[in-house]
Amino acid sequence: MVTFTGLVRRDGDVEALELEAYEGFTESAIDDILAEAMTRHGLDDALVVHRIGRVEPGEPVVFVAAAARHRRAAFEAVDQLMDYLKSRAPFWKKSHQADGARWIEPTDADRADANRWDLTETP
Amino acid sequence: MAGVKVLLFGPLRDVAGWRERWVEPAPASLSALRATLAREDAALGLALNGKGVKAAIDKAIAAGDPRLLPGAEVAFLPPMSGG
Repeated sequence: MVTFTGLVRRDGDVEALELEAYEGFTESAIDDILAEAMTRHGLDDALVVHRIGRVEPGEPVVFVAAAARHRRAAFEAVDQLMDYLKSRAPFWKKSHQADGARWIEPTDADRADANRWDLTETP
Repeated sequence: MAGVKVLLFGPLRDVAGWRERWVEPAPASLSALRATLAREDAALGLALNGKGVKAAIDKAIAAGDPRLLPGAEVAFLPPMSGG
């Protein structure tokens, strides 16, 4: 089993992140990606936990776990689930700094990470 | 309720200054709803047409310009970023 815990980075003068989800929509979107990851990687089980509301630097904001008979499948599943969460899961993130706040959009790198899994779609 | 419920997420709610609102009477289609919102708030109208903004009707991503039924829930979803 592989687990990943994502903490809010301590960088610059970020005081907190504010995360928003669309109740009912976000959960079902995550259920869909979990189901896809389960079949694709042949997992025994998988879990995503994601906080919403205010989260401060150093605090955990996301937890992903995948259980499989072979470690490679579990590592890849967690990697795919995190890439998905970064740029395709229905969350919106606002960064609060001393001089104001701004909404964070997925970077090109985030999108490229998620796209990796599209290209290697198993036939 | 004869209108539609409109939900805004992320930066869209900051542009509009609201997060949830009823629009009555129910516009006939998604594009009609967009036009109504843009007429009332040009900045929101622009933002709704921004890059990567999707619409969900009753929690299903909308494609094209579907009709809207009274009581529908329409959410406008800007580019997403979690994790």
